[in-house]
Amino acid sequence: MREPSAHRDNAREDAVRRATGEPPAEEAGTRPRREATLPQLGFVGMLRWAWTQLTSMRTALFLLLLLAVAAVPGSIFPQRVQDAFAVETWIEDNPTVGPVLDFFQLFDVYSSVWFSAIYLLLFISLIGCIVPRARKHWQQMRTRPPRTPRRLERLPEYGALELEADGPDAEQALQDAAGVLRRRRYRVDVRPAATDSRGRDVPASVGAERGYLKETGNLVFHIALVGVLICVALGSVFSYRGQKVLMEDEGFVNALVAYDNFYPGTYFDEEDLHPFSVQLDGFERVFDRESATHFGQALDFTADVTVRDGVEGEPQQEQLKVNDPLTIGGTRVFLVGNGYAPEVTVRDGDGEVAFSGPVVTRPDDQVYTSMMVLKVPDAQPEQLGFVGLLLPTAHDGDTGAAISVDPELGNPELQLNSYHGDLGLDEGEPQNVYVLDTDDLTALNSRELEAGGIELSPGETYDLPEDMGSISYEGTIDYIAMDIHYNPAQLYVLGFSLLALSGLVVSLFLRRRRAWVTVTTTEQGRTLVSYGLLARGEDFRLRDENIALRRQMEKIWPVRAPEAEDDEPDASLHDRPTDRPTDRPNARPTDRDD
Amino acid sequence: MSPIDQELAEYSDLFMWTAAIIYTAAFIAFAVDMARSSATIRRLEAELAQEHAERRESVRAERQLAHAGTGVADASESADAGGRLGDAGVPGDGTAGIASAEDLVDEDMDYVGLKRPIANVAVALTVIAALSHWFAVVARGLASHRVPVANMYEFLTTGAAIVATVFLLVLLRKDVRFLGTFALGLVVVMTTAAQMGFPTPVAHVQPALQSYWIAIHVTLAVLAISLFTLTFAMNVLQLMQSRREDALDAGRRTRLARAAFMRLVPSSMALENWAYRMNAVAFVLWMLGPLITGAIWAEEAWGRYWGWDVKEVWTFVIWVVYAGYLHARATRGWSGNRAAWLSIIGYGCIIFNYAVVNVYFPGLHSYAGLPE
Repeated sequence: MREPSAHRDNAREDAVRRATGEPPAEEAGTRPRREATLPQLGFVGMLRWAWTQLTSMRTALFLLLLLAVAAVPGSIFPQRVQDAFAVETWIEDNPTVGPVLDFFQLFDVYSSVWFSAIYLLLFISLIGCIVPRARKHWQQMRTRPPRTPRRLERLPEYGALELEADGPDAEQALQDAAGVLRRRRYRVDVRPAATDSRGRDVPASVGAERGYLKETGNLVFHIALVGVLICVALGSVFSYRGQKVLMEDEGFVNALVAYDNFYPGTYFDEEDLHPFSVQLDGFERVFDRESATHFGQALDFTADVTVRDGVEGEPQQEQLKVNDPLTIGGTRVFLVGNGYAPEVTVRDGDGEVAFSGPVVTRPDDQVYTSMMVLKVPDAQPEQLGFVGLLLPTAHDGDTGAAISVDPELGNPELQLNSYHGDLGLDEGEPQNVYVLDTDDLTALNSRELEAGGIELSPGETYDLPEDMGSISYEGTIDYIAMDIHYNPAQLYVLGFSLLALSGLVVSLFLRRRRAWVTVTTTEQGRTLVSYGLLARGEDFRLRDENIALRRQMEKIWPVRAPEAEDDEPDASLHDRPTDRPTDRPNARPTDRDD
Repeated sequence: MSPIDQELAEYSDLFMWTAAIIYTAAFIAFAVDMARSSATIRRLEAELAQEHAERRESVRAERQLAHAGTGVADASESADAGGRLGDAGVPGDGTAGIASAEDLVDEDMDYVGLKRPIANVAVALTVIAALSHWFAVVARGLASHRVPVANMYEFLTTGAAIVATVFLLVLLRKDVRFLGTFALGLVVVMTTAAQMGFPTPVAHVQPALQSYWIAIHVTLAVLAISLFTLTFAMNVLQLMQSRREDALDAGRRTRLARAAFMRLVPSSMALENWAYRMNAVAFVLWMLGPLITGAIWAEEAWGRYWGWDVKEVWTFVIWVVYAGYLHARATRGWSGNRAAWLSIIGYGCIIFNYAVVNVYFPGLHSYAGLPE
């Protein structure tokens, strides 16, 4: 019986063929290559050749390794999926190499044409392998175990038992052997003695196979990987994510206009936004106050929020923490950052209030030295800009400039430079709110100028030089940065991953074995039972199976002790398996036949 | 948050140093055992020769008693001796090579009863060191009220404890003493590098690391890595053994072919098979630990299960390389030494991921606790 393999270069199939005495698929494996050199292959032939090549084990292996290599550049160069800003900086710093790398999509490795090509080819190869394999497995599960080989002693594991004359006859022994195999959870097929097509006698035998689940597990693993890929793709199409900075007492309603940044999937629809609202009632930071070495390290961030699910939802008090997101109608809200927002009022040269409110500052280090940028486009007669630092606990350092020594608000101080001129906001070009471009502005305050920098404690007001107005520091409130994610497919990704894992475990650790037992009657009228075992795939315990099988048979039958003097000296009859294997042809499923 | 127990933390440091010192002693003992391989083999051969002579003596005595000199027993006896001589691993290397490969090592790495006192001392020292080591690890965990895997120091010391324990557990069932020098060398490097290169006082961790996933995620990763470590060593030895076997088959007397130590190492095929079995387990652990639980935690902490962070990329690369290894075993022309190379490359990626990426690459996993 010839079983076509899904992989024409499957080493294990070769080993099985060799063991059962069938010709290996060698010629099948090389035929396509020979065909390739033939002049008239035709279009269909070319396609078939290409398909055979693509679905071969060797190609799959090659693509797999190529995938590993192709993933590496993404860890060397900054990636836009993570930090688009870092990519722009990198290109600016390397003006010659940068654009070339960008052309080859080295800053978008995981969505690049070449990376996609590799994994798509890999998955096509995978599917091209799964489908015939699944079909074959389905057939094998429903057909009887394979034909009994003519010479069992050629199998990797082999044994024979000669029964005492008062033991069971051949027919009974055959049934007993089938019973033993059934108890060892083999699927069993009893075959009566017959004559084959060439007129040779075929003794009565039992064919048995177990461990079909191994192949099932293998298929489940590979199919689940396809499932993972599909769900990842679906997720990226139907998901969305966004960011929002929320001040103390401020509310957020899940609508497009409310987001600071929003990244929709390809088929995102505004209708998909689940209506809910989050209000920040308070924020608490806990820092290490005991450790001598880690004094001031952040230990806990807790945001007290009021959540309303739906437009008319009941307000609910919740705690939002790192590692503990909120889930509102399938949308997940994460606490990803926090900081201080000094409340500032700016009056312009005309004495009018041009800005009043909290300003988001970005903490830059462990002690929350925070970068502050304030643009006041409404100031008259000239627009004003402020750049500087918020120091939560200001302390005069060695250089004369104050530094922050603690992350909590012990002695908050604003240190600012001020500018006047055209902020460039009126052209409608989008600007980074955290960066003030001072090239076209005139400095009013800085340490280099006579006026010096601005230093403000809460409650203080500073009058700008040249009657440009004033700035007051009123107090400090907290803010949190939230990430809002919606990915309807991610649970399916997890489900398929776990399915793949369980399939993998089954396919790696379950053993698929075939066993055959033949029963004949010797010239002395005694019953001779021979059996052989063959592993499909990796199986390091085939010898143990041989021993276990033999023990069970010895238990039910009166077995003659092997006495070489008595019979004709056929040593192989008494080839008892021992715990010390000497030769294990099945141990490595292949020879180095390349 | 419960305060740090400083006294317990000091005991942890003390026992960690003690463990490192005893490990070093064990490493030296393993190295001495390795260097004295030829002496071990000579001793075994002397024993075998004596046994042989005694048997011959008793057979002769029996024969004289029974007055039945048929010569059959004698013939089989000399045939046996001939077989042994023919089997000898290194013909004509100065010693009377009567110990067959099977007398020295078992294909299944079971113990064959070969006496190696120095190696036994090394194993005993490793056990003592591991006990001290685990005390240190547990004390650190108790002192900080968390699983001690949150910074480079803790990762290395806890990782080394698991490597040593996995090695000892394997030793319970299988004679893998030939890996001793390598495994202990690695444990010594890990424990001392942690204490000298990345000393980190016991402390609470930042909010991002306060999750029960850290225990599952990191422990599974360390477990997988310690298995990969052992298979790496086995695959390297497999390549050496394979070259040695080829040289012996061709009758070439290279230095490797004459290396006495290699006679105490199982055959290349046994190494390959056992490396494969352990790699299969480690691969499953790698998929469950770093990949799947990592993705679950990443979703919980950062809002996305996969974001191609540097560490994620390398975790994926390692998974793919070992998947390639498992496939190579089933591909014609790729099993054997080529598969072994894949396993070695995979281990190279692991080392890169933990030594280089942790220290030099900026990323979300920058929790090494290193000074900036």
